[in-house]
Amino acid sequence: MSGGVDSSVAAALLAQQGHEVIGLSMQLYDQSGGGDGLRFGTCCTLDDLHDARRVAARIGFPHYIVNFEEKFAETVVSDFVREYASGRTPIPCVHCNGDLKFSMLVERAAGFDADFVATGHYARVERDDESGRYRLLRGADAAKDQSYFLFTLSQAQLAHAIFPIGAFDKSQVRDQARELGLDVAEKPDSHEICFVPDGDHAAFLADRGAAASEGAIVDSAGRQVGRHDGIHRFTVGQRKGLGLSTGIPLYVIGLNAEAGSVTVGTRGDLEKTAARASGVNWVAGVASAAGTRVTAQIRHRHPPAAAVIRHAGENEVSVEFVQPQVAIAPGQALVIYDGDEVLGGGWID
Amino acid sequence: MLSSKIHMRVYFDHNATTPVDPLVAEAVVRALSTEFGNASSVHHFGQQAKGVLDDARSSVARLIGGEPSEVVFTSGGTEADNFALRGVAEALESTGRRHLIASSIEHEAILTTLKALTRRGWRTTLLPVGASGVVSPDALRDGLSDQTALVSVMHANNEIGTIQPVFELARLAHERGALFHTDAVQSVGKIPVDVRALGADLLSLSAHKFYGPKGAGALWIKRGTRVSAILTGGKHERNRRAGTENVPAVAGFGVAARIAMSKLTADANRLSALRDRLEQTVLARVHGTAINGARDARVPNTTNISFEGIEAESLLIALDLEGIAVSTGSACSSGTLEPSHVLRAMGLPTHRTQNSIRISLGSGNTDAEVDYFLEQLPRVVEKLRMVTGVRR
Repeated sequence: MSGGVDSSVAAALLAQQGHEVIGLSMQLYDQSGGGDGLRFGTCCTLDDLHDARRVAARIGFPHYIVNFEEKFAETVVSDFVREYASGRTPIPCVHCNGDLKFSMLVERAAGFDADFVATGHYARVERDDESGRYRLLRGADAAKDQSYFLFTLSQAQLAHAIFPIGAFDKSQVRDQARELGLDVAEKPDSHEICFVPDGDHAAFLADRGAAASEGAIVDSAGRQVGRHDGIHRFTVGQRKGLGLSTGIPLYVIGLNAEAGSVTVGTRGDLEKTAARASGVNWVAGVASAAGTRVTAQIRHRHPPAAAVIRHAGENEVSVEFVQPQVAIAPGQALVIYDGDEVLGGGWID
Repeated sequence: MLSSKIHMRVYFDHNATTPVDPLVAEAVVRALSTEFGNASSVHHFGQQAKGVLDDARSSVARLIGGEPSEVVFTSGGTEADNFALRGVAEALESTGRRHLIASSIEHEAILTTLKALTRRGWRTTLLPVGASGVVSPDALRDGLSDQTALVSVMHANNEIGTIQPVFELARLAHERGALFHTDAVQSVGKIPVDVRALGADLLSLSAHKFYGPKGAGALWIKRGTRVSAILTGGKHERNRRAGTENVPAVAGFGVAARIAMSKLTADANRLSALRDRLEQTVLARVHGTAINGARDARVPNTTNISFEGIEAESLLIALDLEGIAVSTGSACSSGTLEPSHVLRAMGLPTHRTQNSIRISLGSGNTDAEVDYFLEQLPRVVEKLRMVTGVRR
């Protein structure tokens, strides 16, 4: 329970349905403002915890805060820093789901005799009665769908997952919150990466010792066209912040951590017809066959693009898009769908 | 809505707070309604309220063996501790004594206040404790100097219940011309506390730790001790603590003090027997358990038990889900747990500072409740160990 409207309604719905609900909120970093003095963003603040507690009290189930500071720093934050430093564009939400919510919380829940962990994600899980396998599906609200962030979930994790609001759209969720008399009904949605203050990830990384070494901005032929002050400030597809004045708009088309260089090019240079990913999880447990026609997403909110699977192994996958796609950024996830169903996904190389 | 699976609610967290005695509640309500006057007023209503304060002051003084004029009412134990430290620091600032000593297992009210004084130029020394959780007089002897203004060592520790050798420590402090304060928040109402026998100059106590209301406490200040007021304003509490007195809470404090005096011995005997049985059964029935701190000199209601391979946070939640309320002793701002500074100061390894829970019994607890706890605990611990796979 983050204290937001989605997880609040998720919990309240389950309680209404007669489930015995235990509310858990994760404390992810020192709230006292003391400690090492490193700043964090607006996620899971004391106000959010206050909101979560009030929802639990209003609906009438117990609520606890579990301290995952250490695990969060070890997994989510350190991966975030390392990825940016190596010229990639990380998605911390996927790690937070896979390493905290659906592993640490599931483990805790088992200790409390709970059978399932429910979250406020816009996604759905279905059990296929024939095969006994669980299917991970997009949330009913296409604009809010969060299945992209859940591609690492295994069958064992899905077996214990419930997404109570996955069948609703956001406005229905807010209506439910109002009907239940929850104060969080009108609470604004969270945006950006929740733990980075003011959306300034460069400052967040600099505070945590990410090398801010300057380097060259080069064109696709390798000619230096400018200087930059740290590759962690850039992501593939980025146009702002390059400090170049040229006749045509230039975009970041590649990052080279070893050389410390940022490669720029035209919009045309950003278009790619193929993508490759490793560290793949096939949700059903088996890889899709080469030649399968699928849709693929290269980032959250990327309109699913028609593609064909070229190669699929246990740990890697490559797809070819029917239409060229813009700004395929290493470190983001390539998630493969069959309609609403998540077949699997991996990290873009 | 009570969870369907909870059979009973058992409260084993009396060192955190206690339920008020019905007689206390009556006194509080009376002071909120009929005896509502401002104790500083001259008229009938003021006199009535003043009478309530006077009664309470006598009862509290008697409970700790002091004089009524030596008792200054505060908002609670934390304010009393702040008053003692900051008040003495301010009063003695000009004497050149700029050194303060406390034990490393004090309550945050002392430790955090000391830190604040450090930032204002005071030198501070924290006395070590061994695995017993008891401050040694030798450590104090080494720490004292002619610059020491005040020594503050708690009477009983809130997390493990160990009783400190206050008399001996106070004598050593006095030998070097320093004042001695003891935070007796966790001992008053549990064991006999006599300010003269302890040899202290200042003593903090809090009503809600012994069946009184929250929001009332006191600092006992031995007559003649130099302490500056830290809350300034009107002439309340003989110029020592300004602000309209919280008459309802103080009224309850007084009643709680009278009740504590009358049943202290009987309660202590009953609770120590109950605690000892609980402790021995846990040690026998649950493997990988150990008692933290010395077991001889302890307040009768407290035990602190370490469970190998368990996270205290999970055990606390799992027990609460069975209706059993225990604690670890220290909680941070959001309510999650952090490693105990007391257990750390005792030199326990990190995993034991995070796998220990505090059980603190009280007047209302029964044999049946202890039985229920002893029946639930082994199953809960086993379950938690199974799912976490003894990671630590």
